[in-house]
Amino acid sequence: MSQSPSVVVVKYNAGNIRSVLCALTRLGVDAVVSDDQKVLQAASRVIFPGVGEASSAMRYLQESHLDETLLALKQPFLGICLGMQLMCSFSEENSTGCLGMFDAQVVRFGDHSGLKVPHMGWNTAHDLKDPLFAGLGTEPWFYFVHSYHATLSPQTIATCTYGDVGFSAALCHKNFKGVQFHPEKSGPAGAKVLQNFLSDHSAGGSV
Amino acid sequence: MLAKRIIPCLDVRDGRTVKGVNFINLRDAGDAVELASLYAHSGADELTFLDITATIENRGTFTALVRRIADVIDIPFTVGGGIRTIADVGALLGAGADKISINSEAVRNPAMIGLLAQEFGSQCVVCAIDVRSNAAFDCARGPGWEVYVHGGRTPTGKEALAWAMEAQDRGAGEILLTSMDHDGVKGGFSVELTRRFSDQLSIPIIASGGAGTMEHFAEVFTAGGADAALAASIFHFREIDIPELKIFLQKRGIAIRLSQ
Repeated sequence: MSQSPSVVVVKYNAGNIRSVLCALTRLGVDAVVSDDQKVLQAASRVIFPGVGEASSAMRYLQESHLDETLLALKQPFLGICLGMQLMCSFSEENSTGCLGMFDAQVVRFGDHSGLKVPHMGWNTAHDLKDPLFAGLGTEPWFYFVHSYHATLSPQTIATCTYGDVGFSAALCHKNFKGVQFHPEKSGPAGAKVLQNFLSDHSAGGSV
Repeated sequence: MLAKRIIPCLDVRDGRTVKGVNFINLRDAGDAVELASLYAHSGADELTFLDITATIENRGTFTALVRRIADVIDIPFTVGGGIRTIADVGALLGAGADKISINSEAVRNPAMIGLLAQEFGSQCVVCAIDVRSNAAFDCARGPGWEVYVHGGRTPTGKEALAWAMEAQDRGAGEILLTSMDHDGVKGGFSVELTRRFSDQLSIPIIASGGAGTMEHFAEVFTAGGADAALAASIFHFREIDIPELKIFLQKRGIAIRLSQ
């Protein structure tokens, strides 16, 4: 699947993208890393990874006007971890207004709930409602690492539970999808999610 | 439900695994990438690579190895050993490691934990703590433990639980807790140590040192409250097979990810 038009991974200040690129390479995809508006607009698929802190990531996106570019994209778009959280309306992490592709809020796991924070490790996703999860059975295991989580919303396409807290493991609105877990680190199940994203034609684009 | 994690640990020197490895079906038992790949396919939840390279000149070899591991391995992995600077960490994360572990340097310069958490996020900062029981640190709650550095050779005079709590407050995302009293003896993890730390800390604890049987893993997850358990030689020498271990733990009612 290395033919053009290309898969573009958004280049910004949040986190390590090498593992996402390695996962794409394992699927036979040579992704381009770019923050150039024209390159992003011409992409067949856009992946928006992220590890780090919400407010500094948002500040960077706003100052570079990447926020407007990303919001205007029409092709299939996948946010991962912090990327997904930045696609929500608001994050409690340093009270940050986010991009707002999804109507969910991002809140912290309770520090007094007795839960270890971050939520770190393998957990099952449930209530799968999207072709992103095709071929994965009803309760696939994915690798999560996060201290904040997106609330449940009508746009939730997969749920996860940590302690008593139910949250969005994945969200979808129009061409925008986001996953809280790391598909690039979730073994064969994660690879399948990426493959489904790359081959799903229902959202409009094609690879 | 969040699964308890099983983590094989590989010691690497000059880019090659060193602890004797007993996999007859490996072409090259010293090749860390091949061994790591085998573990990932057999259901390991994470991997840890410790660089025990003798010379500074060979440190670059480790970073190159980390790149090769990241190309192939699709589960999270932690790297550690000899990390001293933010630049060391930047290079290892840039090469594709998910987390780094720091030990002696964190004791020498505790502010390093905070700097790393700020720069790269707590989720990738594992504070490794090697401890031995020491009656001088006993308290009303029970026995106490002292922190050792330099591969467990040098006592620091620091009480271990207080140090772990400081590391947590400074931004560590996880504690890799090794009982030197139990390490290599195969008589079981230190359940008492793990339980005390797990109850007192709000970040995940990886128990290490002492694994000998599958029962030992069940014990450290239930009685010990560990979030993850790390072991080396029992996996390398196939005394315990990871798929069998995971089925055993699941039958004991422990949340475990079975390979898909």
